[in-house]
Amino acid sequence: MRAYLGRRYHFSASHRLHTDALSNEENRAVYGKCNHPYGHGHNYVIEVMVGGPVDAETGMVCDLPALDACVRKQVLESFDHTNLNLQPCFENAVPTTENLCIEIDRRLRRSFHEAEIVSVRVEETQNNSFEIEPDASAAGSAAGSV
Amino acid sequence: MILLTRKADFSASHFYWNDAWTEDQNVAAFGKCANRNGHGHNYTLEVTVAGEVDPVTGFVVDLKKLKDVIEREVISVYDHRHLNHEVPEFRTLMPTTENIAIAIWKRLEGKVPGARLYKVRVYEMADLFAEYRGEA
Repeated sequence: MRAYLGRRYHFSASHRLHTDALSNEENRAVYGKCNHPYGHGHNYVIEVMVGGPVDAETGMVCDLPALDACVRKQVLESFDHTNLNLQPCFENAVPTTENLCIEIDRRLRRSFHEAEIVSVRVEETQNNSFEIEPDASAAGSAAGSV
Repeated sequence: MILLTRKADFSASHFYWNDAWTEDQNVAAFGKCANRNGHGHNYTLEVTVAGEVDPVTGFVVDLKKLKDVIEREVISVYDHRHLNHEVPEFRTLMPTTENIAIAIWKRLEGKVPGARLYKVRVYEMADLFAEYRGEA
């Protein structure tokens, strides 16, 4: 039987939303307080859902420590307590949570193969969250390449 | 079609152990969850049903009836129990969060008046949950 397993992970990082494609005034108009010159930070939450048949011997969809290790290596160790603007993947992309979600979704789909990655949701605050439609993630990424 | 979700909580103990395996294999696969004295969680159950809004009542389902079904079929059986020892389906089935979601689906399927069971989500803790949508 196919079931789904959801797991939430936490990391903290800073960012500033600013693009060189716009003037300073236009940046302020588009990004508001997210454009303040020295940046600001969030406690981000990543919610990963994987799906697959429940193994008859273990009763599990996948080995949870393997999923934890993959997210830790691919995402948390790169991003936790860093400035996202300085990450190579955001060299040519604004570190909005949309672009962050695309990047994390891509990293996990590329690296985790024990079960299907069904969805990756990134919460920037308790009131803000982002998720990619499955078709959109299959089509590729809008964020800069790693 | 409208989806409606009702939450409920239960607290229970469990452990993971496969009798076909050696102790070393069990510890390797399940870690501290293989401690046969068990341990416990505060589980949160989310039951989602699907249906059309009744033109007279404006309801998809009578919430009181849904609550009563969840209480009778699940909470009264699972709450403050040792899942391995006291809940029949887990005598032969590992009480992982995945299997708990499937077992709760089986307990509720066809018993919610006027609506179709859509999904069952079980939180073992705030950062870990399993979901079953009735798929084969």
